[in-house]
Amino acid sequence: MAEVRIRGVRKSFGNVEVIHGVDVDISDGEFVVLVGPSGCGKSTLLRMIAGLERITDGEVMIGGRVVNQMPPKERDVAMVFQNYALYPHMKVYDNMAFSMKLRGAEKSEVDQRVQKAADILGLTPFLERYPRQLSGGQRQRVAMGRAIVRDPQVFLFDEPLSNLDAKLRVQMRTEIKELHQRLKTTSVYVTHDQIEAMTMADRIVVMHDGIVEQAGEPLDLYDNPTNTFVAGFIGSPAMNFVRGTVRANGGPARLEAKDGVALPLGDGWSGQDGRSVVYGIRPEHLVLAEAGQRSVESEIAVVEPTGAETLLVSRVAGGEFQAVFRERHAFRPGTRVQLAPLLDKVHLFDAETGQRL
Amino acid sequence: MTTSPGHPATGPATGVARDDSEGMDYLMSLPRRTVTVYLPLLCFLIVLLFPFYWMGLTSVKPNEELIDRSLNPWWVVDPTIAHYFHLIVNTDYPLWMWNTMVVAVSATLLSIVASVMAAYAIVRIRYSGSRWVGGMIFMAYLVPPSILFIPLALVVFQYGLFDSPMALILTYPTILIPFSTWLLMGYFKSIPYELEECALIDGASRWQILTRIVLPLSVPGIISAGIFAFTLCWNEFIYALVFISSSENKTVPVAVLSELVEGDIYHWGPLMAGALLGSVPVCIVYSFFVEHYVSSMTGAVKE
Ligand SMILES: Nc1ncnc2c1ncn2[C@@H]1O[C@H](COP(=O)(O)OP(=O)(O)OP(=O)(O)O)[C@@H](O)[C@H]1O
Ligand SMILES: [Mg+2]
Repeated sequence: MAEVRIRGVRKSFGNVEVIHGVDVDISDGEFVVLVGPSGCGKSTLLRMIAGLERITDGEVMIGGRVVNQMPPKERDVAMVFQNYALYPHMKVYDNMAFSMKLRGAEKSEVDQRVQKAADILGLTPFLERYPRQLSGGQRQRVAMGRAIVRDPQVFLFDEPLSNLDAKLRVQMRTEIKELHQRLKTTSVYVTHDQIEAMTMADRIVVMHDGIVEQAGEPLDLYDNPTNTFVAGFIGSPAMNFVRGTVRANGGPARLEAKDGVALPLGDGWSGQDGRSVVYGIRPEHLVLAEAGQRSVESEIAVVEPTGAETLLVSRVAGGEFQAVFRERHAFRPGTRVQLAPLLDKVHLFDAETGQRL
Repeated sequence: MTTSPGHPATGPATGVARDDSEGMDYLMSLPRRTVTVYLPLLCFLIVLLFPFYWMGLTSVKPNEELIDRSLNPWWVVDPTIAHYFHLIVNTDYPLWMWNTMVVAVSATLLSIVASVMAAYAIVRIRYSGSRWVGGMIFMAYLVPPSILFIPLALVVFQYGLFDSPMALILTYPTILIPFSTWLLMGYFKSIPYELEECALIDGASRWQILTRIVLPLSVPGIISAGIFAFTLCWNEFIYALVFISSSENKTVPVAVLSELVEGDIYHWGPLMAGALLGSVPVCIVYSFFVEHYVSSMTGAVKE
């Protein structure tokens, strides 16, 4: 086990720079999730930690050693690939034993470690099978088993669950988390699925276009996103955004948006009078307005009940507002409804920079 | 992958076979099948097998029957093995066979080893110009041997290899390596990159990746390249004719022609017997590996 430090790391493919200076500190035993939209450079960053991709600039340290020039095998990391990358011509046992055999470990030791890993993952009945004779979930487990057997300093996962169906994904999510709680090995996990990130991570690193937008604990990111990108990326359904101008004269503070629509703001924002901003409110922070409460009128477009909750999509100021209700209401598309934002849950972002105010 | 001995398809084969055939029912009516399947197959078989039939027939015909025009040329009345006997006892035929075998096996091994390394380097090691090298190797394949044999003859002479098996063992790879490399390149490309990266992280060196991951997965490709090379060596004519002069060093295709034809007298019986015997080893090689051969031509590595 070891901590991983990424200092000012850049990566160029030819003349194109895809990672523009990333700093991440991962402490010993931590489970960090790199999350971001497709093409933002998560895999590239992970592969640089693994040693599969040369580091153009900056430093990667594992357990206090700078590993920039080290080949993968000296870094003592294990990686789980998206398509599992099991060796098709080897049985499960040999797949798991391969790395130990390469290092010339004793046969009895190899056997003991493989059996132990197989036991943890429930793979014992499959040890004599070939990968093609396993289901997707079992292959996934073998891929993890192969990593566990080595007892490395760091686990690296590159979207290991994205080839599984939705139900199995949820189950494996829990399993990986349990495994981490048991082994306490430093882990870096890449995904583009923010729910996976929220549920599994000790700490989330949100990436976008080759930079880190924000890093922090899941709920901290959820409650205090530093910019519109993180605010929109974390959370599902996503945060609602409205562009407009803050007005505090002649009445309580409010946001004036297109078509003369006004959204209520807390009094704390009066100092921002006249400023162009993006107004953000999460769907679960919109409630049905009671008499006299400051609210915004919207027209219901779609109602999506899921049983536990109901998603309401309505039109406000030329855009869409999503709201989530746990209670059941008789909504009908085409009718109007008064939505009241919880004033202390409203986020304001600068319209130019997208930074939180 | 078909490299493993425990092929899984042997278990519930009967049930599966019945299921499979159901969707193909429309092919099942006999008249229809005759027209769509058996008739074309029959035509192919006749065209392909007729030379063998003719070879076999001629090789067992006594000399009198061969010359007698009044008899049915498609049949033999009084078969004999005299030609085979003559071939094996009175000529150097066993020696020619041995020469051919030595040359074909050595040249094939040499070419496959070289091709594996070349193909792997071109496909998987990043260096500038790797694609260019790959293209050039394929271009080399397009140069016909009938043009190359004159410059090659000079080289062979200067190295003092003329009239020795080495002359052939070292020149055949010039034809074999380009094609085998090209074939193996395609095969190596079909092996997922991640497998090798995973092995790299697992602690394997380049050489270990090649021998423990890539080669086991490319067995069908290597076998096809090997069969191709072996067949080509076995049948090769021009180089063998030009680079070898003494009878005891000749290979079967050349020897049969040059030693069994005297002036304008064709000893048809021994000639055909020699040709038939000469094609036996290739047939054996094919029948052993045909399954691999086909699988490597039709499918890549599946995980
Ligand atoms: N070998 C390469 N050569 C050139 N560009 C590359 C190479 N590998 C990745 N890139 C580019 O680097 C950027 C980041 O790629 P990367 O694979 O890290 O994205 P990602 O965040 O993992 O996306 P995804 O979620 O789709 O896997 C992309 O724009 C991609 O086009
Ligand atoms: Mg990726």
